[in-house]
Amino acid sequence: MSFAWAKPYEPKSGFMRWLDDRLPLPRLAYGAIGGGYPVPRNLNYFWNFGVLAGIFLMIQIVTGIVLAMWFYASADGAFNSVEHIMRDVNAGWAIRYAHMNGASFFFIVTYIHIFRGLYYGSYKAPRELVWMLGLVIYLLMMATAFMGYVLPWGQMSYWGAQVITGFFSAFPLVGEPIRVWLLGGYAPDQAALTRFFSLHYLLPFVIAAVVILHIWALHIPGSGNPTGVDVKTEKDTLPFHPFYTAKDGWFAAGFLLLYAIFVYFAPNYMGHPDNYIPANPLATPAHIVPEWYFWPFYAILRAFTVDFILPAKLWGVLAMFGSILLLFFLPWLDNSPVRSGSYRPLFKRFFWILVVDVLILGWCGGAAATPFYVALSQLAAAYYFAHFLIILPLISKFERPLPLPDTISSSRAHGEKAESAPVGVQPRTTTAG
Amino acid sequence: MLRFILGLIGLGFAGVLLISFFVGVSSYVSSPPERSAEEEFHLHPRHLELASNGAFGKFDRKQVQRGFQVYKEVCSACHSLSHVAFHDLAQLGYSDAEVKAIANQWQIEVPSTNPETGEPATRKALTSDRFPSPYANEIAARAANNNALPPDLSLMTKARHDGAAYVYSLLTGYRNQQGYKNSKGEELLREFPATKTPNGLHFNPYFANLNIAMPPPLTTNGQVTYAAGNPAPTVDQMAKDVAAFLVWTAEPKLEARHATGLAVTIFLALATLLGFFAYRNIWATEKRKVRVTGALDPANQAKSARAKGQEGVAG
Repeated sequence: MSFAWAKPYEPKSGFMRWLDDRLPLPRLAYGAIGGGYPVPRNLNYFWNFGVLAGIFLMIQIVTGIVLAMWFYASADGAFNSVEHIMRDVNAGWAIRYAHMNGASFFFIVTYIHIFRGLYYGSYKAPRELVWMLGLVIYLLMMATAFMGYVLPWGQMSYWGAQVITGFFSAFPLVGEPIRVWLLGGYAPDQAALTRFFSLHYLLPFVIAAVVILHIWALHIPGSGNPTGVDVKTEKDTLPFHPFYTAKDGWFAAGFLLLYAIFVYFAPNYMGHPDNYIPANPLATPAHIVPEWYFWPFYAILRAFTVDFILPAKLWGVLAMFGSILLLFFLPWLDNSPVRSGSYRPLFKRFFWILVVDVLILGWCGGAAATPFYVALSQLAAAYYFAHFLIILPLISKFERPLPLPDTISSSRAHGEKAESAPVGVQPRTTTAG
Repeated sequence: MLRFILGLIGLGFAGVLLISFFVGVSSYVSSPPERSAEEEFHLHPRHLELASNGAFGKFDRKQVQRGFQVYKEVCSACHSLSHVAFHDLAQLGYSDAEVKAIANQWQIEVPSTNPETGEPATRKALTSDRFPSPYANEIAARAANNNALPPDLSLMTKARHDGAAYVYSLLTGYRNQQGYKNSKGEELLREFPATKTPNGLHFNPYFANLNIAMPPPLTTNGQVTYAAGNPAPTVDQMAKDVAAFLVWTAEPKLEARHATGLAVTIFLALATLLGFFAYRNIWATEKRKVRVTGALDPANQAKSARAKGQEGVAG
């Protein structure tokens, strides 16, 4: 894998040579995240979010394992055990708030990472499988986050579980039996809580395994870059270590600073007050909302209000699952040979409309289902589907992309505004004296 | 073919959404939803300034102690505080002897078992006990309160939007419903005659549906007698104090959190800065190696110098 000029691993000491002959783990690390992985030299800061997502996965696993030492997965004891962690366990409050906000930050960096991929065409050949494995990670993250949110057994936990598992009952005939089978009962109770805990502990390790595949698949063609132009010579790349370890290092510290500000100074900002009320199957909260990272999908679910051939609820559930599944087809929906959105004037405009559209969907999903928000989410959801399934294929047919630079290194004129701009549209200062 | 099928699916979803949209809009136009009393008359909590607010907030221990006194003498008659133990009061500045005395003299006893007969019994509270609930169980609590359940107060300021401000506003928010007007000058009972507060409920515009089962708990100034050196126990002051106390019960580690947060933030800020300098240092030579284009390209500079020489232009 990788490029011809990638430096091979050279063990520096006798012990490392001995180890390399038997278990070449340092060689693996050197080729994957060390000096042996050549990376395009022109990456911008949007390329830092993959590493950040990995960091947050680690934070979640470590804090989660510690929390599991104190948590009781019991319908009577779960809520109280979380409060016990918050009050009586040494630094329990810090671990628990770190885990709670860690989930939100994991999604923040993952969303930026996904939208980076959407803008720069990271899903295109030869990186289709990198993209699809990423989507698998994202789906696993959603399942893990949902089940984790159920564990404290507060009001939103309980009613969230009720609503989400209720999706299955939208399917005719098989739906209701599937729902009961998944929950282990007719409503969320002990059986559901215990299995959610079990799966919530398992899935992060599955995510870690798929992350390894994601990185492996990435390292075959190597990282993309903001121009979308393939790496051609050694001049186009820099070894991952020390260049990108240094760049990722300081940026990760800065991002953890932002995370720490939330953990220590606004730990409940992204949560919902109702989850500090113990679960009560007899009292439905005034409005049930999932955590913020599900809001766009919740808005799509609620946007279907008319029984058109199929019941509205089934439309909503199909659309909600469809809104993510369609991303698996993205490499074939967007047919343009140009990867980077920077060289695609029409695509770029629609990309930003999509960003605004998803933000609007998120805003609607978090709000109460008043006529205004429902109407807005209907328009926004219609655009979402039209964007991916209709507009993108048409753009790639009719758009005339800008001329691309020949190589990555010729696209860069450091210190000029024209940095990374396509050849031919670079603002050049006149040379006539 | 794939793109065609997916395009049809997209058209299907978008089409059904647009149908939903137009059906929704037309039904909104033909029969607009009626205004509700909750929308027009529910009030947002008033701002409450507490020492524990903000990133550097600390508890005002005297105020939280007064709040505890209000809880003890007023709220604890109906509301439990099940996540807080008596020995936690030591964090508020009570001495061990005082905590022991508070537990020992607590008016509600702790459920236990008679060691002789094995029958249910009660005993005096120990400092390691959590505050006992005033009722044996939910049925007893509802029976004593007109079928309403007084909620546990331990987490109240985290379990409601606007937390302490909500508690403070609610406690001071009871109004006479007769002639009550909102900020637009509309009179509640004239606009929505059906919302007249039923017997056994109490009108309070800070409560979500305007009618709350809890009777006004703080009714007269001086209802609780504060020790000398404290502000006068007006209803407003008592409400503020008990709200401050409930911030503490909900988040007893708030001070540790703020202090640790400051240290962590400073550490990470330094780490970011050092990391940034290291990054600049490592990249310094590589950035210079990048080929320049345009006016800075040496080839172009040579060309322009040649042209200038041919034309006889100086510079």
